[in-house]
Amino acid sequence: MTELRGIGVASGRAVGPVAAMPAPVGEPAEDAVSSGESAGEEALSLLDRATGAVHDELSARAEAARKAGRTEAAELLAATAMMAVDALLLDEARSRIGDGNLPERAVWAAAAHVAEQLSALGGYLAERVRDVEDVRDRLVAELTGRPAPGIPVRDYPFVLVARDLAPADTASLDPALVLALVTEEGGPTSHTAILARALGLPAVVAVSGALDLAENTRVLVDGTDGRVLIEPTEKQVEAAISHEPASTRLAGDGATADGHRVGLYANVGDPSAVEAAVAAGARGVGLFRTEFCFLDRAQAPTTEEQVAAYKRVFDAFGGRTVVIRTLDAGADKPLPFLTAADEPNPALGVRGLRTATRFPEVLEEQLAAIARAADETNAEVWVMAPMVATADEASAFVEQAHAAGLPTAGVMVEVPSAALTAEALLGNCDFASIGTNDLGQYTMAADRQLGALAALNDPWQPAVLRLIGMTAEAGRRTGRPVGVCGEAAADPLLACVLVGLGVTSLSMTPRALPAVGAQLAEVILEQCEEAARAALSAGSPAPARESAAATLNPSP
Amino acid sequence: MPARRVVVASKVGLHARPAALFAKAAAAQPVKVTIAVANGDDSEGKGPVDASSILGLMTLGAKHGAEVVLAADGDGAEAALDSLAELLAQDLDADSREGPDR
Repeated sequence: MTELRGIGVASGRAVGPVAAMPAPVGEPAEDAVSSGESAGEEALSLLDRATGAVHDELSARAEAARKAGRTEAAELLAATAMMAVDALLLDEARSRIGDGNLPERAVWAAAAHVAEQLSALGGYLAERVRDVEDVRDRLVAELTGRPAPGIPVRDYPFVLVARDLAPADTASLDPALVLALVTEEGGPTSHTAILARALGLPAVVAVSGALDLAENTRVLVDGTDGRVLIEPTEKQVEAAISHEPASTRLAGDGATADGHRVGLYANVGDPSAVEAAVAAGARGVGLFRTEFCFLDRAQAPTTEEQVAAYKRVFDAFGGRTVVIRTLDAGADKPLPFLTAADEPNPALGVRGLRTATRFPEVLEEQLAAIARAADETNAEVWVMAPMVATADEASAFVEQAHAAGLPTAGVMVEVPSAALTAEALLGNCDFASIGTNDLGQYTMAADRQLGALAALNDPWQPAVLRLIGMTAEAGRRTGRPVGVCGEAAADPLLACVLVGLGVTSLSMTPRALPAVGAQLAEVILEQCEEAARAALSAGSPAPARESAAATLNPSP
Repeated sequence: MPARRVVVASKVGLHARPAALFAKAAAAQPVKVTIAVANGDDSEGKGPVDASSILGLMTLGAKHGAEVVLAADGDGAEAALDSLAELLAQDLDADSREGPDR
């Protein structure tokens, strides 16, 4: 076989050798006991050698990171290196070896003992359980002769192949060395996809057979078409690479070839990312997420802290529009002071705006902080609430925002009920913004994080497109702007379809702006509308995409 | 056995960066030093643990303002305790931008 197929989730093409992420280290069997007279002695010396090796390896990487000026990563690696030879962990492991356990089992149980104590402390310390598990996995891998877990370490650029990537893998992924991402699992809104788009790396997910690719096999990853070519010919490589748009900055103001204006905005998840949004030429911010301000904390931040953080983004876009979203806690973003840990189904639980029923003061304070930050800058600040299901919720939020001194207030449309009643909803709002990631997962009843459901969780699903179209149509009738701020907006073809459905603005990861802007500038509004009709009438995502592509990019 | 009572000055408590710096300094001493929480709301009475163990320090959960007891025995114990006590009395995270509460 010379080609593997998957779902292209971040456009672009890259060629390079495969480096696979090792399979996770499993729990060593509980009955893994050593026998014989000298077994204990031997196990203790094996443990010492393994801890020494892992410590030295991590220390060397810390040193390399320090030399490269990555101070934060260096400190983290140095602390992890200390944990590998930690007296508490090793004493626990040694005593288990004394009980007859094999060293890998002893390390596993010792780490569990330490992790339990840290978990009990909650908050920041409970989150350090991840670091203990990382050290544990490295020690177990060393003891059982397996490659170290995590992103492979190479001194040349490579194509990273993995089962799927977790948010924790982000920290150790060096974008200068990783050319592209290929995963066996995952879907269009999985962490791998979001990470790839944020880093601007081509990515193909849900590639069946990816894990069978041999180390160092040369592959061509086509994130646009969702293909992985094995040992491509020079001709294929040349053809693929010459297609790459050279620009990293949005050209023009965002309009179709016939002058239909489309607001092209950036999604910003953290004030430190705002420079990238400005550099990419964004017209403003279409989704400013505020969770960063609240995550990793035991209590809500003070008003002063919030004002300072919000102001940083508002100031960067002086005179332009910044759409800020109030706290979206719950589901995959739990917060100890807002969300319950024991909901049977967190994605359908008390999340987003729903947390304000129990803790109204958090929303009140946040709106006050946003209003104050808005007063102190000349950005045009719009505010919206996440996870709104009814017109009543929408009007209550909008009234509250107006009363707080924020004249432009709206809601996210990400629950099918909001899309179905969009006209009533918009009657009470100044605008709406469609969150396609959650709208997709709720419409298709398919968890975004599950690779097995990736095909359902595709924004090209006609049912999802239909709900987007209904919302946009309601916007047209009520005279309210309706934007899209989900991952769907970052796909150049789908962006045209969204415009054809009547969406007035698109907000995406800054890196996607040049490609989306370029595609829009090549088509006229009528083509977008025809592509939208074609996609809506298709029975499933693949033909929807194909028919839209045929309308938008007719072969010469 | 020689001992010192000290109040943890680091704003983030004896976690994260301060814990790493303190464990490193304790490991560099010629004697084994232990640390326990004497007075500090919910972590009171925890320990003693080996002061050179970063994981041990973390499991103490000593917060900013908690009172801890350092203890050591043998040649050089007094000097070791003095230097470690001095370290605890500083905000070890003061020159770092990144703390757990940011």
